[in-house]
Amino acid sequence: MKVLAAMSGGVDSAVAAARAVEAGHEVVGVHLALSRMPGTLRTGSRGCCTIEDSMDAQRAASVLGIPYYVWDFSERFKEEVVDEFIAEYEAGRTPNPCMRCNERIKFAALLEKALALGFDAVCTGHYATLQTDEAGNLELHRSNALAKDQSYVLGVLTEEQLKHSMFPLGASASKDLIRAEAEARGLSVANKPDSYDICFIPEGDTQDWIADKLGNQTGQIVDRAGNVLGSHEGSHGFTVGQRKGLSIGRPAADGRPRYVLEIRPKTNTVVVGPQAALAISEMAGTRYTWCGQAPKNTDGWAEILVQVRAHGDAIPAEFVIRDGEMVIRVKEPLLGVAPGQTAVLYLGTRVLGQTTIDRTVSAVPVETEFTVSA
Amino acid sequence: MPTYLDHAATTPIRPEVLRVYTEALKAVGNPSAVHRFGQDVRNQLEEARESLAKSVGANRSEIIFTSGGTESDNLAIKGLFWQRRQENGERAVIITSATEHHGVLDPIYWLEDHQGAEVALVPVDQRGVFDLDWLETFLKQESNRVALISLMWVNNETGVIADIPRITALAAEFGIPVHSDAVAAFGHVPIDFASSGLAAMSISAHKIGGPVGSGALVVGRSIKLTSLVHGGGQERGMRSGTMDAAGAAAFAVAADEAISELQAESERIENLSRRLIAGVGEIAPDALFSRADAPGLAATAHFTFPGCSADSMIFLLDAAGVSVSAGSACTAGVNRPSHVLLAMGRTEAEATGALRVTLGYTSTEADVDAFLSALPSVYAAAKKAGLPSK
Repeated sequence: MKVLAAMSGGVDSAVAAARAVEAGHEVVGVHLALSRMPGTLRTGSRGCCTIEDSMDAQRAASVLGIPYYVWDFSERFKEEVVDEFIAEYEAGRTPNPCMRCNERIKFAALLEKALALGFDAVCTGHYATLQTDEAGNLELHRSNALAKDQSYVLGVLTEEQLKHSMFPLGASASKDLIRAEAEARGLSVANKPDSYDICFIPEGDTQDWIADKLGNQTGQIVDRAGNVLGSHEGSHGFTVGQRKGLSIGRPAADGRPRYVLEIRPKTNTVVVGPQAALAISEMAGTRYTWCGQAPKNTDGWAEILVQVRAHGDAIPAEFVIRDGEMVIRVKEPLLGVAPGQTAVLYLGTRVLGQTTIDRTVSAVPVETEFTVSA
Repeated sequence: MPTYLDHAATTPIRPEVLRVYTEALKAVGNPSAVHRFGQDVRNQLEEARESLAKSVGANRSEIIFTSGGTESDNLAIKGLFWQRRQENGERAVIITSATEHHGVLDPIYWLEDHQGAEVALVPVDQRGVFDLDWLETFLKQESNRVALISLMWVNNETGVIADIPRITALAAEFGIPVHSDAVAAFGHVPIDFASSGLAAMSISAHKIGGPVGSGALVVGRSIKLTSLVHGGGQERGMRSGTMDAAGAAAFAVAADEAISELQAESERIENLSRRLIAGVGEIAPDALFSRADAPGLAATAHFTFPGCSADSMIFLLDAAGVSVSAGSACTAGVNRPSHVLLAMGRTEAEATGALRVTLGYTSTEADVDAFLSALPSVYAAAKKAGLPSK
């Protein structure tokens, strides 16, 4: 096969490309330039937008003996990932830009371009496994290296995208083994630190960066009964589940800390309450997709596992498609779910599909909150 | 064997140059040393200087050896600016154009940011031709505030040739020194420094079959400029540091060969170029030849392909064994829309589809054929892949 290896300059994508070469594919390495100003978004050894990273990718490609190019996706990246990230914050949601990048850039813009230029597949260093069921349908499964499993961020891929994807690291047992393999292959990125930050936010401080983009505007902090407890400098500076930085003078009646429960961008209001009120029983979204074959019947509640963040656990739940919306009910109340996040559905280790969460239903009714705290 | 059609980026070292260069590298002796070893190497350096001076039509003392085009540009621009400003504090304006090479633009913008320079840009038309009527008007009004003019002889991306005689004639009326980045011109168009009217001119060896790392700034004898590099006072005190006699010797041989075959080569390249441009027109009727009907270097064929991305075309051509470029390369290897094309009024989308095919002394009909036979499928696939933006 003709394989385009997306090379970030990190150890995972370098080893993935190496394995694709070893498997006998005709491999070309491509680094995605995602920043408008390649020289100014230097984040040291991390992130995926720096000149150093592009040089690291180039060195890896040269060690593998494959051609290497840098392709400019900065405009698409800005429109589809950065601008949307800001818009989501502005709308009071908590977006996952890496997921958007997979959905719109790596497995859309890049994949489409690769197919048009004669490639059969795009290969990345994600930890996830592609399998085929008895009928020959492609399925995405968790990686064998469960600690590094990245199937969550690939939950947005559709059947068509899976057909042209290649994840050579999926069957690996651990990241340590990948590093050892990189070392053995003579790849200088073997000991490069992992990246955790959002690549386009230089200092890793999302709140400051967002405040810088959206400006400050004083608004109210209220409880769920509508009592004004304090003020803030802009609702976009908060995320659901946040505890620090609320600067409410008056303590809660029960003396317990308060958490951000909800953000209402239209009125620039931040709603706070006890941690228990963060628990949700239901989440739903209209922007859902199926990862591979869609389930035969989605009209009745079906048992699944749901995962709401990249490094979270999958917990028992049930889902249904109702009025064009994927509704997910968790068996036990779940903390820390905010609109904008992605809920990925699993059947065992298989990724079934996903939705961006538009709304949640609290597990704790308002009255209960005040009865409890009274 | 892959086809190399990126001669404007760098061209193969000439066999005779390689022979002279490697031979010269064997000699020991600092050209500034007093003893026989030093004298031998010094002789080699001065012979090279004399030979190169002959090739550019200059006096031997006017050749200041440097590491290449970018250093020469920096020395000329900063050196002239500081010198002229020191003589008269009013002279803060540097006249240039937005289509210059970064080797010229960046030192000028650095002077603007850090040294109080004011930049005046000569407008260019859609073909990249300087508006010299504008220059004339500007000089009539502002000449006493102008430190220098820097305008390139041949544009490295589009190949458009500037009217240097008219520029220097205008500047002479007001006594303003003119520098020209002639890196893309030297060895490709007839150049006679003495009659050009230029105060300073940048040239580079590796664009004409010499080694990378060897260049020169030709500086008129009466011209003073402030040095950037202070030290032992070599090269008229303008460029301190032990001189590279081997590099100079190699440069001189390359220049001599390029100049002696210039006439015959021009005709040969002209024929190849005509076939190449006509071929592109047949394969991609919507492709635009960037400099249109403006006078230009036959060796440089620059196009924009609507709806195509240079990323795609360069990759596909490279895979098909034909290596071309999009213009100047940037640090991270990313093809950004060219500032030259944007200055010529192209949109970012139009500039994204830029392709520069450049011929050189080793180019053959077979090279042009290889390019033209690869182009139809490359063009179709690149069109299908579309632009990076939506």
